[in-house]
Amino acid sequence: MSIQSDVRNYAERFKSAKLRERPLSAHLKALEAESIHIMREVASEFSNPVMLYSIGKDSAVMLHLALKAFYPSRPPFPLQHVDTTFKFRDMITYRDALAEALGLELRVEVNQEAVDRGVNPWDSGSQLHTQLLKTEALRAAMNRHGYDAAFGGARRDEEKSRAKERIFSFRDTNHGWDPKNQRPELWRNYNTKIRKGESIRVFPLSNWTELDIWQYILEDDIPIVPLYYAAHRPVVERDGQIIMVDDERLPLKDGEKPDLRMVRFRTLGCYPLTGAIESSAQSLEEIVLEMLTARTSERSGRLIDHDEAGSMEKKKREGYF
Amino acid sequence: MDTQNSRTDVMDRLTQSGQHGVLRFLTCGSVDDGKSTLIGRLLFDSKLLFEDQINVLERDSRKHGTAGDEIDFALLLDGLEAEREQGITIDVAYRFFATEKRKFVVADTPGHEQYTRNMATGASTADVAVMMIDARKGVLVQTLRHTYIARMMGIRHIVLAVNKMDLVEHGRTRFHEIVADYMKNAEELGFETITPIPMSARYGDNVTRHSESMSWYKGPTLIEHLEDLDVTTDIESEPFRMPVQWVNRPNLNFRGYSGTIVSGKVKPGDAIVVSQSGLAANVERIVTADGDLEMAQAGDAVTLVLNHEIDISRGDVLAAAEERPEVSDQFAAEILWMAEDDLLPGRSYLLKIGTASTPATISALKHKVDINTYEKKPSRKLEMNGIGMCNVSTARPIAFDPYHTIRDMGAFILIDRFTNQTVGAGMISFGLRRASNIHHHAMDVTKADRAQLKAQKPAILWFTGLSGAGKSTVANIVERKLATAGHHTYSLDGDNVRHGLNRDLGFTDEDRVENIRRIGEVGKLFVEAGLLVTCSFISPFRSERRMVRELVEEGEFIEVFVDTPLEVCMERDPKGLYKKAKAGEIKNFTGFDSPYEEPEAPEIRVDTTSISAEEAADQVIAKLKELGRLG
Repeated sequence: MSIQSDVRNYAERFKSAKLRERPLSAHLKALEAESIHIMREVASEFSNPVMLYSIGKDSAVMLHLALKAFYPSRPPFPLQHVDTTFKFRDMITYRDALAEALGLELRVEVNQEAVDRGVNPWDSGSQLHTQLLKTEALRAAMNRHGYDAAFGGARRDEEKSRAKERIFSFRDTNHGWDPKNQRPELWRNYNTKIRKGESIRVFPLSNWTELDIWQYILEDDIPIVPLYYAAHRPVVERDGQIIMVDDERLPLKDGEKPDLRMVRFRTLGCYPLTGAIESSAQSLEEIVLEMLTARTSERSGRLIDHDEAGSMEKKKREGYF
Repeated sequence: MDTQNSRTDVMDRLTQSGQHGVLRFLTCGSVDDGKSTLIGRLLFDSKLLFEDQINVLERDSRKHGTAGDEIDFALLLDGLEAEREQGITIDVAYRFFATEKRKFVVADTPGHEQYTRNMATGASTADVAVMMIDARKGVLVQTLRHTYIARMMGIRHIVLAVNKMDLVEHGRTRFHEIVADYMKNAEELGFETITPIPMSARYGDNVTRHSESMSWYKGPTLIEHLEDLDVTTDIESEPFRMPVQWVNRPNLNFRGYSGTIVSGKVKPGDAIVVSQSGLAANVERIVTADGDLEMAQAGDAVTLVLNHEIDISRGDVLAAAEERPEVSDQFAAEILWMAEDDLLPGRSYLLKIGTASTPATISALKHKVDINTYEKKPSRKLEMNGIGMCNVSTARPIAFDPYHTIRDMGAFILIDRFTNQTVGAGMISFGLRRASNIHHHAMDVTKADRAQLKAQKPAILWFTGLSGAGKSTVANIVERKLATAGHHTYSLDGDNVRHGLNRDLGFTDEDRVENIRRIGEVGKLFVEAGLLVTCSFISPFRSERRMVRELVEEGEFIEVFVDTPLEVCMERDPKGLYKKAKAGEIKNFTGFDSPYEEPEAPEIRVDTTSISAEEAADQVIAKLKELGRLG
C-alpha cells in the first residue's frame, strides 16, 4: 500500500468512530487518557497553541491522541513542522499526505537564509547545522506566529535531561529553559500562567516509553513513515553508523560506494545525521519483537546527541525541542 | 505467515507483560542512603539499560564517580550537569522500567529539607513510597519528615528499605531495631501497608535477588514486593465527578463536555448535576473517538452529551445528582509552601483546583507543622517548605471533596499572580460552614441609590508611592477641591488608620498585607455608602493593591501612582524617617530595606518632580471627570 492510501484509510476512521474490536491494553489506556487530559488543558487555557510536528513515530502518536482528544471536533490548533531541508524524502511525502487527508493546517518553517548560505551537516558540522536549521528555525516560527504553547513529542525515557523536565515546561521570552528554576508540578494540576512573550512547551508523551509508543501504534493501527520498516536501501557506513544516501547531496568520499542493505530506522531526523540499523522487520509485529530484544537505545542512532553527556541539556537551554 | 494471528500473538505477549498494570513509586532518602544506587540497580538488573547507555555511564563514572572503578549508578539518574558535578540530586527525575509482571515509573526525589517541595511533587502521583534508611544510621529526622510528607500527599503504602546491610554485617538484630524504631513513629499515621526489607543496593541483595548473606530474612525482595503489591483504590466506587475541561462544539448539532472522570462511574441515563449551579440533566451519550461507551469510570477521558442543554462551562464539576460535592468559598486545607517569598495570610493568590481557577486568600493560618517532630506550632507565615493548616477563602465558590476521599477534587495549587510561579500546594480537609450561614441581607437602599443622591459615582482613589512622595499632600488637595465642588468624600491614611483600626499591626511583610486588606474592606464600605474615598498608603506590593481593586466593582478602583524617585524622597524626608532608617533605627522601611513594587498600569501617574502638588491634584480631578465618576 502506498503512503497516500494508508493515510486516506486512516482519516476515514475518524469520520465514523467504530468501537474497537480489542480493548486497548490497560496501561496504554491510562497513558492515552493522561495525554488527552493534557491536550485539553492546553486547548482551553492558551490562546494560540501549536503542535510541533516532526513526522516521526512519536509525532504520529501525538497527532493521533489529538485527533482523539477533541473528537468529534478537529484539534483546535495547527501543526508546525521545522524543516531543515535535510529530512528523508519519504518523511515529507508522508507529512503532506497526512495533513491533506486529515484536513489539518500544516505550517512549515525553513531557515531560508541558512539554506541559501549552504549550511549542511557535512561541511558545517552537526552542531552548527542543528543550531541554525533546527533551533533557530524553531525560534523563528515561535516568534513569527506568536505561539503561547507548543506541544512536543519528547519522552522522559529518551534522555537524562528530559527525565527531569516538566510536562508543562516554561520558556522565557527567548525560548530558553532554566532547569534549576522549574515550576513544581503536582498531580495533574498544571500551571498554565505566562506573561506576554513567554511560552510553555507541553510534552503529552512524557510518561510513555519507546515500547509503549510501538505497542500503541500496533494496537491502534497508526500509519507511520515507511522508513521504520526494513527495506533494501542505498547506504554507506561511516564511523560505525549506517547512513542512507537519500539524495544526491550527500558527498561520497573517495572510493565510497553506496551498498544496498536491508535496513530500517528507529528514529527519524535529518538523513545525513540518522543512523540506520540492520533489520529484517518489515511489519509492526516484527518491529515490536525486535524492540523487545534491542540492546541499544533509540537515540544511539542520533549523531547530534553524542558530543558529550550533557549536550541535550545545553541544546534545550538554547531553545531546542 | 498469517499476519492477523501474528499480530494477536504479539499483542498478547505485550499485554501479558503488563498484566499487573503500572506501579508508580517514589524513593525518599538522601544520596548517602543509596537511593540513586538503588534505582540504578533496578534499571540495570531489569536489563533496561542499553549498551550505549552503559558505555556513557562507564565513561561518566571514571570522570565524576564515587565508586572507584565500579559503575556509579547514581550518575545515571543525576541528569542535570550541575547535579553531576556536585554529586547531588536537586530535582525530581522520572525513570521507567518493566519486569515480566509489571511496568514501573520511579520518581527519584532529593532528600534534604530544602527539597521538601520536590519530594511532594514526586509523591503527588505515586502509589508507594520507598523510604531508604542507612542501616548504620537508623531512623533519622529526615526519615520522619519523608514519612509525614508521604502521608500528607495520600500515599498508602510504605516500603522501609533498610539499605547498606553489608556495612552492619548483615545483622538481623540491627534490622529489627530499626524497624521497631520506625514503627513507633509511623504506625499511628494510618498507612495501609508498611513493608520493611533489609537490603544492599550496591550488590543487589534483596533488591532483585534473595540475599545469601541474609538468609534469616524470609520476606520478598524489593522487586517481588513491588510486582505483587495491590495498589488498587476504591475510587471507582466513590460518587461520580468530572471537572469540565473543554466544551466540544464541532457544529450546531453536537454539544459535548470533555473531561477526565476523577471518581466513580457514569452510564447513559444517569442523573447528573452541575455542582456549582445545581442545574440537572441526564447523560445521553459517552462519546470517544473509539465509539460510544456504555460505561466510563475514574481515569477515563471522555466527552459527555446530555439530554438537554444547560449552562455548563470550563471549571464546572459534573457530579452524581444524588451525591454532590460540597460547594463553598471557605474551606480548611493543609498547604505546603514552595516559594522563596513567604506565604502571607491576606494576600491574594490564584487558586487552581481541577479545571477551575479563582483568586483566593489564606484567611487564617491555624498552625504550622514541624514535620521533623510532627508538632503543631502557631505561626503568622509559612516559609518555603513549610506546611500549615489554613483557612482558605476563594473569590468564587468552588466544588470540592476532601483530598483523602477524592484526590483530584481536593488538590489545588496556588499561583503567584505576578511571577506566575507555582507557590503552594494544598489539600482540602473540610469545608467551613461559615459561608453558608452568613447570608447577605438584601437592603432596600442600595449603593446605586446612595450614589444617585450624591450625584456622583463612588470610587476609591488609591495613592501609592514611597514615603515622602507626596501622596497625602496631593490627596489632601484633591479632597479639598472635590468637597469645594460639592462632592461627598472621605479620606483614609496611615494616621487615621494605624492609630485605631490597625494599631495591632506592625511593619513586617505579613502585617503590611493585613493592613492593606483591612483598609481595602473599609474603603469598600465607604464606596457602598456612595463616597469618593481617597486612600494614601505606601502599599508597596502589587498583589495587595490588586486585592483592593478586586474588592470593588470594575471602574471603582483608581490607582494614582505618585511617582517620586527615592533620592528626592530622601532629600525631602518630611518626617525624618529616612534619616532614622539610615541610622538603623527603623527596620523594614520601604525603598530602603524593604521593596517597593511600582504599579504596572496605574490609571493615573503624577510626577511631583516636574509639577506642583496643585497641578498634580488638577490632573487627578481631570481624570476623574474623564472616567465619569463626578456625575
